[in-house]
Order: sequence, then C-alpha cells, then structure tokens
Amino acid sequence: MNLTLNVWRQNGAGDKGRMEQYQAKNVSPDSSFLEMLDEVNEELIREGKEPIAFDHDCREGICGMCSQVINGKPHGGQDRTTVCQLHMRSFKDGDAIFIEPWRAKAFPVLRDLAVDRNALDRIMEAGGYTSCHTGGVADGNALLIGKPEADYAMDAAECIGCGACVAGCLNSSAMLFTSAKVAQLATLPQGKVEAAKRVKSMTAELKAQGFGNCTNHYECQASCPKGIDVKFIATLNREYIKALVK
Amino acid sequence: MILDGKCPTGPIETTWDRHRFESKLVNPSNKRKFKILCVGTGLAGGAAAASLGELGYNVHAFCYQDSARRAHSIAAQGGINAAKNYPNDGDSIYRLFYDTIKGGDFRAREADVWRLAQVSNNIIDQCVAQGVPFARDYAGYLDNRSFGGAQVSRTFYARGQTGQQLLLGAYSALCRQVKAKTVTLHERREMLDLVVVDGVAKGITCRNMVTGEIESHWGDAVILATGGYVNVFYLSTNAMGCSVTAAWKAARKGAYMANPCYTQIHPTCIPQSGEHQSKLTLMSESLRNDGRCWVPKKKEDCDKPAGSIPEEDRDYYLERKYPSFGNLAPRDIASRAAKEQCDDERGVGPGKRGVYLDYQSAIDRVGEDTIRERYGNLFEMYEKITDENAYKQPMRIYPAPHYAMGGLWVDYNCMSNVPGLFVLGEANFSVHGANRLGASALMQGLADGYFVIPYTIAGYLATVKPGEITAEHPEFKKSADEVKGTIDKMLSINGKKTPAELHRELGKVMWENVGMARSDSSLKAALKMIPEIREEFWNNVKVTGKNGEFNQQLENAGRLADFLEFAEILTKDALNREESCGGHFRVEHQTDDGEAMRNDEDFCYVAAWEFKGNGVEPEMHKEPLKFENIKLAVRSYK
Ligand SMILES: Cc1cc2nc3c(=O)[nH]c(=O)nc-3n(C[C@H](O)[C@H](O)[C@H](O)COP(=O)(O)OP(=O)(O)OC[C@H]3O[C@@H](n4cnc5c(N)ncnc54)[C@H](O)[C@@H]3O)c2cc1C
Ligand code: FES
Repeated sequence: MNLTLNVWRQNGAGDKGRMEQYQAKNVSPDSSFLEMLDEVNEELIREGKEPIAFDHDCREGICGMCSQVINGKPHGGQDRTTVCQLHMRSFKDGDAIFIEPWRAKAFPVLRDLAVDRNALDRIMEAGGYTSCHTGGVADGNALLIGKPEADYAMDAAECIGCGACVAGCLNSSAMLFTSAKVAQLATLPQGKVEAAKRVKSMTAELKAQGFGNCTNHYECQASCPKGIDVKFIATLNREYIKALVK
Repeated sequence: MILDGKCPTGPIETTWDRHRFESKLVNPSNKRKFKILCVGTGLAGGAAAASLGELGYNVHAFCYQDSARRAHSIAAQGGINAAKNYPNDGDSIYRLFYDTIKGGDFRAREADVWRLAQVSNNIIDQCVAQGVPFARDYAGYLDNRSFGGAQVSRTFYARGQTGQQLLLGAYSALCRQVKAKTVTLHERREMLDLVVVDGVAKGITCRNMVTGEIESHWGDAVILATGGYVNVFYLSTNAMGCSVTAAWKAARKGAYMANPCYTQIHPTCIPQSGEHQSKLTLMSESLRNDGRCWVPKKKEDCDKPAGSIPEEDRDYYLERKYPSFGNLAPRDIASRAAKEQCDDERGVGPGKRGVYLDYQSAIDRVGEDTIRERYGNLFEMYEKITDENAYKQPMRIYPAPHYAMGGLWVDYNCMSNVPGLFVLGEANFSVHGANRLGASALMQGLADGYFVIPYTIAGYLATVKPGEITAEHPEFKKSADEVKGTIDKMLSINGKKTPAELHRELGKVMWENVGMARSDSSLKAALKMIPEIREEFWNNVKVTGKNGEFNQQLENAGRLADFLEFAEILTKDALNREESCGGHFRVEHQTDDGEAMRNDEDFCYVAAWEFKGNGVEPEMHKEPLKFENIKLAVRSYK
C-alpha cells in the first residue's frame, strides 16, 4: 500500500518545528508502524536527507519508549496498543497519516518525534517506592496478600510509563501515571506504611514538574495502551484525603 | 595462559558464607569517598546501583534509554526461579544448583551456581518487600508455576510481565537512592570506551545521545551490566538498542570475552513476515504445554491451508523424534528440529520458515475456554502481529536468537581480568554454562546486583585509594579523542549502504552459518564473509547528520561496527569448540539420532578470548572446569 505521511520535524528545542510530507511506498500491511517508518527513513537516507527521529526500543509494547501521536491520538488510538504494536493493516491504501510527538509543557521535544519525559522519573523519585533496605526483609510469605488485592495492585502496576496519558489529556496532567503507582503501593501491606507521605509528595512533584490538574475528562484512560483504569485516580484521591486528615 | 576463577574450595554449602567472611570490608564512613560507575540499569545494574547507593557509595548509573526503567529486562515474560520449596514438592538449594549445572550442559562453575541458588530465596523476599505484585493464590500465599528443565514448581511470576515488575521494583529502589542523593542517573548516555590506567579500570567515555557531547567519567570501580549480544544476528528477541558495544569496548581494552559461541535460540517465536522485519517477538515457552508442533509430510502441501491437510499427511516431528518428551523437548532440541523440517522444504508460511503449533487437539480435549484462560494474552498478541486467529488455525512459529550465555569473563567476585572492572547479569558468562534454563536469567541479574556485588566490590575497593585517578588523567583525554576520531570517521565515509542494510547482511551470515547448526565449513565461510562486511562498512556506510545532535543513525552505525568485530570472535570460538553442548551445536559432533555429543575430555573448560586487533589471531585463555559435587553425565530427553 501507498501512504502520505505528514510528520512533525523539529531539530532540537530551539527549533520552531513544522510538518513535512513524505510518501511511504509499497508498505507491507504486515509491517508494524515503526517498521514502516524504518523504510521511509532508509529511503530518506538514500536521498541524502535527514531521517525522522523517533524513540523506540523493545518493539513489543512493554518498555514504554515509543511515543507518537498518530492522527491526533496517542499511539494511534487502537485499543490497548502501543505504536510499536500497531500494524499497517489497520490503515487503508492511499491514507494520509499525521504523526506528531507527545505535546506537553513537561515534555520538551528533543528532536522530531522524540521528547524528554524525565519529569515522570522525578515523580517516581518523590516517593514511588517502599523504603525497604536490600537484605534484612521478611519472608515473602510472612504477610499474606489476598488475591483480589494482589490483582488490583498488579492492574495498576502494568503501567509502562510511556506518557500517553499526559499526551492525551487536555490539561497535560500526569494523574493516571501517578495514581497507578500510588494505588499499587497503597493496596499492598508493604506500601501502606508510607502511603500518606507518598501520595502527598508525589502529587506535589506532579505540580512542580509542570503537569496540569486533573479535571476528570478521562482521556487518559482512552489513551493508555495498557488499559490502566481511572478508578486508580479515585484511589489516589481517597489516599490524599486520608493523608490530609492524618 | 591458565585462568583462575578464584573459586572458594571445600564443602560447597559453605563456600559463599566463608568467602563473605574472608572478604575485606570498607569502613562505613569511607564509603561515600568511593565513586562507582554502573553502566546499565536493567535487573543487574539497577539492583547493583540501588544497593551500593544504599550502602553509602557515590554511585553514577548510566543507560542508553531515556529512563532507567526501560532496560530490556522489562520484556521478560515467564518468571523467576527460587528454591523456596513453598509447594513442598522436593525443591532445595541443592536441587536448583544441580538443575542449573545440568541444564547448562556441565559448562559452568560449581561455586558460582551454588551461590546463585543460595541467594535465590532472598530475591523473592526482597521483591515482595518492594511491592512487586507477584501472583498469589486465594489464601494469599505466593503462587508458583513450572518451567522447562525442572521437575519442581519453583517459578514465581507476575502475570505475563514478570520482568517488568521486577525491573520496576529495582527501579523504584533506584529512585529512592536518587532522592537520597547517593545515586546520580545519566540517561541517554552510551558508553563508548572503558578508560584503563596502568592496567586498572578507572572510568568510561560516553556520548550524550541528545547533544553529542563526549563525556569523561572517572570512578574507583566500573560495573558493566549492559545485557546480551544476540542482536549480532540482527533479528532477535532483544530490543533494538541492545548491543555488544559496552562489553566489546572493554574487550578492546583487554577484558577477556568468555564462551561467546554459547547463544540460545528460543524455539517459540513469531516467524519473520518479510524483509521489513526489524525484530522478532517471543511467545512464552509455556505454549508448548498444550500445542503440538507439525509440518506437512509432503512438500506440495506446504501452501495449502493447514485445516485441509488430513491427519495422516501431517508430521508431528517432535513426537516422532522424542517420544517421551514430545513437544516439551528442551529449547535447543526443539529449535534444531524446527530448522531441520524447514531445511527439508517442509516449512510453512511466508518464506517457508515456520512450523505449526497446533491447539486443535487441546481444544477438543479441554475446550476453547480453558485454552483461552491459559494462553489468552499470548493468542491476542499473536493475532495483533499476524492477524491470524490461533483458535481457528494453528500458530506459526520459528526459532529466534534470544539470549547470550557467553559474555565477559569474570572471577568468583564478578570481576573481570581487568582489575576494577566488574561485570553483572547477561553481560557476564558466569552461571548458565552452554544453555540457560527458563526463568534463570532474572534470578541471576538480581542475585548479582542485590546480593553479590555489594560484598565482592568491597573486597576490591578496600585495596584502592579513593579518587586517586580522576578525569584529569591523560588517559581520559586520549580515550575521548579516540572516540571522537571513530565517530568522525563513520560520518565522513558517506557511502551507499545504510547501517541497517549492513546489519541485515551480517545477521544473515551469522544466522545461516553460526546459528542453530554449525559446521567446520559454515564457520570458515562466515570467517571469510564477516571481514568483508566489516571492510564494506568502513568504506561504504552512509551515516547521515553530525555528531553534535540527536543522531540515531550514528548510534546504529557505532553498534554495528562493534558487532562486526565481535562476530568474528564468536565464530572463532564456535570453530574452536569441537563438541556440541547446550546451545552450541556442531553438526560433526552428534549421535546417530541427532543428539548433541559433548567432549569432556578435551573441552571441559571456559574459553576466554583476548582480542588483539582486527586481522590478528585472538589469544585463547583456558579456565579448566572442575566438578567436585556433580558427576558429569549425558543429557538425554528421549
Ligand atoms: C523477550 C524476552 C523474554 C525473556 N523472558 C525471561 C523470563 O521469563 N525469565 C528469565 O529469567 N529471563 C528471561 N529473559 C532473559 C532476561 O530478561 C535477560 O537476560 C535479563 O533481563 C538481562 O538483564 P540485564 O540487567 O543483564 O540486562 P538488560 O536488562 O538488557 O539491561 C542492560 C542495560 O544496559 C544499558 N546499556 C547497554 N549498553 C549500554 C551502553 N553502551 N551504554 C550505556 N548503557 C548501556 C541499557 O540501557 C540497560 O539499562 C527474557 C529475555 C527476552 C529478550
Ligand atoms: S518500543 Fe517498547 S513499548 Fe513500543
């Protein structure tokens, strides 16, 4: 199949950036979206032009590195699918496709489609852990954890930290990301001890990093390639209120 | 030269405890004066950096991804082993030790494997304390599943994302230390050289992948936890950025590369669908519990829909060849058998490099719902990639390069032959011998990082003066100049072929000649072709852009340049090893029915290669393997 690509090109944070058009020819419907871009890049190199920069690594939907807004939707908007797992058969011959980077104040563009997402790491550093030491911990079965709690924690822990929730949110809020970690750890007995401190410092950091407020539009859940549920935001809010009264 | 692994001797049960007691310690108030560089933030590097930071050392951690949380450990699906014996089914440290030695085809050190088995239980406790949501049963206890190569149920898991959860646990411990200011993270940095001063590792040179700046970092010790090298085959289950670069740069500075020919080919991956393919996706080994492997008996049936081929025209080749293990034959055997069928022109799917993995009899036996419960997420993933519904038609699978058992040589302290250079996780060679058992790589990474290096590095640091050599030393500038020179050279060639094209060519040579079945003639052919591709690379590669910017083509070219040197040593090791063991199969050394034939008389040793420059024969150093606790035996799966 043949496609017309409109791709955001921007050489570093200092550049204003612009959309540029490319033709992707003879694309195999079995190739992934990133493999399609690989071929376009090979062609660009042969023509002596600069290839399109984009982040990617595992190409199996788990590392969270790939990050593109395709036709206005983070990761292309297919249910529970990252860009690297999106396949060309979901497009039609002759389609025009618009490809842009994550857009958020907290995620400055590094080049073309690659952005700086380290603000998410800063939120994690603010409290996304249990303060256990290496060694000297209790036996894994010393504290029993009911299957429903373990499953709830796991549902939250599936977040891959890609930032699609931020890219999909009109406030550029990282609430879903933050709530997933808060909920995971607040649900498990190992994380409960520090739950109050954690929720306060992580939400404070979220603001400090320039992410917006959550106004309950739930575009984050729709954008999430792992189907992280907005119910974790409710959990975060509950934890936050509990922390305030403490 | 005969190498000494410095393994403690005496009763195996007490080796690690005695060694810990006998190792020197660093005074707590002195620890912060020592700067440790840790390259890699996967399970091994992440766990090491967090634990060393917590002990009070000044740790600097590096990774090429944009965040420490994205190391390829994240992709591990199946699980992690430990000798907890929670199911009361007869497991013990000794049994895990034994299974690992045997699974590795008797090509690993006893003392290292014992220690791994011993600390395996601490790992599970540590991860639980971090909030890793392992699978639990209804009573709230940790759940276990079974894995290949073991008769006990000792694998802990978190759905199909065990690696992700363990890595996020290590990453959260790392975040805690960043907050405590004991660890400094350097993301989007690629290590491009090891700085060695008077024979001792004292720092690294790396490239800032955003700005192109070449940075010098000094340290009193350097840890490499940079993962495996199977992207030398181009297509593999590894992430796109996985490379041999960090390890190879160390090898160029004198570190020995041990057993590089031990590579693992995983039998159940989704086959290549065309030339555009950039990587291969693993499907969990557990699929072979219920799926049956077959190919058409007749070549002319290969293009017909699977469903139209009657039972009597199907060849269930694993059941035919290995009646007692059948579809559950171990990884190396199952992979080779699939290749044989395709070589016999009975493969299926695009390019005819695939075999069927059929669920029809299982669905008939237990019903589609049960199969969905067991493997639903895998069937879904398969459909996403292939657009085929595996409940209605058999899956197509094919083996793919997956894991590197070989790696930089290290002694019992995880220190390489270059003093001050420590190597952890998949990047070292130490515990898996010639074949790794499922769910043991995660165990090794975390064992090395949480429970081995914190002790063994102290023994080394106690002998050095902190901050004695810093980045002011002329070796740092020399190294930075060399790195810049190589980059400039790559950028100036301006030839016709892209790095991806040349990498694909190398991959093809490696896969066809140094892949699942290796022979004297195929290896010699590869040894002729690899230098030719290397030659072409240095004369005809086209790398766009410049150094002082975000430049992914430059990254790819640099990694390929290292693979092109490393590939030759891997092949030479395979040529030298005139035996078949584990993942290394020499067609000349097999029994009449195609079983691997080990040669303990002549090859019961670790081959550690010293690189001496391109076009110069590398020198092999031998470390003889001694088995004092386990008797060497033939692995049989009939
Ligand atoms: C698809 C898949 C499934 C698997 N499933 C299982 C399983 O179920 N059970 C099991 O036990 N094992 C499994 N394995 C194997 C296991 O995941 C790996 O062996 C293990 O995670 C490797 O960990 P590591 O810390 O050594 O390396 P990695 O996790 O690969 O980390 C390497 C680190 O080094 C950094 N790095 C590399 N080169 C450089 C450089 N030049 N400069 C700077 N930084 C660099 C990277 O950024 C990264 O942080 C699987 C592997 C794959 C590919
Ligand atoms: S590349 Fe890893 S999630 Fe897409």
